[in-house]
Amino acid sequence: MSEAPMPLWEVFIRNRSGLPHKHAGSVHAADAAMALQAARDVYTRRGEAVSIWVVPSGAITASDPADKAELFEPTGSKIYRHPTFYEVPDEVGHM
Amino acid sequence: MYTQGLNVKDTGHPAAAEDPAKLARFQAKIDAEDKIEPNDWMPEAYRRTLVRQISQHAHSEIIGMQPEGNWLARAPSLRRKVALLAKVQDEAGHGLYLYAAAETLGLSREEMVAQLLAGKAKYSSIFNYPTLSWADIGAVGWLVDGAAIMNQIPLCRCSYGPYARAMIRICKEESFHQRQGYEIMLTLCRGSAAQKAMAQDALSRWWWPSLMMFGPSDKESLHSADTMKWKIKRFSNDDLRQKFIDATVPQGHYLGLTFPDPDLKRDEASGHWRFGEIDWSEFKRVLAGDGPCNRQRMAVRGQAHEDGVWVREAALAHARKRAERAAAAKIAAE
Repeated sequence: MSEAPMPLWEVFIRNRSGLPHKHAGSVHAADAAMALQAARDVYTRRGEAVSIWVVPSGAITASDPADKAELFEPTGSKIYRHPTFYEVPDEVGHM
Repeated sequence: MYTQGLNVKDTGHPAAAEDPAKLARFQAKIDAEDKIEPNDWMPEAYRRTLVRQISQHAHSEIIGMQPEGNWLARAPSLRRKVALLAKVQDEAGHGLYLYAAAETLGLSREEMVAQLLAGKAKYSSIFNYPTLSWADIGAVGWLVDGAAIMNQIPLCRCSYGPYARAMIRICKEESFHQRQGYEIMLTLCRGSAAQKAMAQDALSRWWWPSLMMFGPSDKESLHSADTMKWKIKRFSNDDLRQKFIDATVPQGHYLGLTFPDPDLKRDEASGHWRFGEIDWSEFKRVLAGDGPCNRQRMAVRGQAHEDGVWVREAALAHARKRAERAAAAKIAAE
C-alpha cells in the first residue's frame, strides 16, 4: 500500500433559498474539476444545491480552539448590539 | 449496526493516565452538551474509540453495497431498479461522509482502506449474509436499514461534531431505504402464494442476523462505561435491540408473516415483545470472518480497489501535468 494520497477539498453548497454557501463536507480528488464532480455526486443527490464551491483544504485558515474565549466571548456582554436592548413603547407599533 | 466496533477490548493508553485538568475540562464540555471538534484536546482513548467506530461504520456502508448491488440488474421493474440504484448510491455517499469524519481524527483515507483490505478493520456482520432472492432486498431495507436507523438516530447527538453532523445527513436519507424495503415486502405479501412464501423465507433468514447487528448483550459488552460517559453511545445494545423488536414485530404481523422465534410474545405488563436466545456463536463466527460471504465480500472489495489503481494514478498524473503547464505558461508570460 504505497498509493499517493489524493488531495482533500472542502465542499460548500448554496441551496435554493438564496442563503450563503454553507460547508457540506469534504471530498478527495486529483484536481478541482474532479472535486466539483465528486462533490456533486456525494453532497447533492436530492436537489440540495444550486451552486457548489470546492476549496483545497490546506487553503483554509481556521481559528485555534484555544483562542475561543479571547475571540468570541467579548461580544457576550455587548447586548446593546441587539435590537431588543432598546425600548420602544407599544403604542409606536412594530419597529 | 455499527456499535459492533465498540465491542473489542481497548488496549491503548488508558483515559486514567491523561492530564486530570484537561480531562476534567473535556468532560465538562461533554456534560454541557457542547460538541468536541477536530482541533480540540481529547483523551487518546476517545480518539481511538471514535476512529474504530467511525471507520467501521464507513467500511460497513461500502461493503453494504454488495448484497444489494447483487440485485440491481435483476430488479423486477424500472421503479424498483431506480429506487435500488438510488439506495446503493446513498450507501456509497454515506461511506464517504463517514470516511471524511474519521479523517478529522488523524487517520488518512488510504490508511483506512488499507486496514479494511488487510482484514485489520471490521465491518458489520450483517453484510456477510447472501441476498438469495428479490425478497431479500425487501427484508434488507426493512430490517437491516430499520436496525441501522434505530442505532443511528442517537448517534446524531454524539459528542464528536463531525460524526454527529454526518449522522444527521445519513439519517435524513435513510428513512427512504427502510420504507422502500417495507413496500417491497408488502407488495410480495399481497401477491401470489409463491411471492408471499418468498417474503416469509427472507424474513426467516434475516431476522436473527438483524438482531445481532446491535452487538453483544450488555452483559458481554466490554466498552459501555467510557463510551456512555463520553456520549459516543447513548443507549445500550440491549435497549436498542428491544426498541427495534418492539417497533418491527407489529410491522411484520401487518404483513401477515411469522417471525422465526417460537419464544416471541408480547409482555402485556411492560408492552415489550419478549424474544428467544440469540445464537451468539453464529455472531462471533461471522464477525471473526467465517460467515457465509466474508471471503467473497473482501475479494470483491479488494478487486474493485485494485481495478481503480490506474484511474487514481492517471487522475493524479493529469492534475500534475496541468499544474506544471499552467506554471510554465505563467513564467513564459512574465
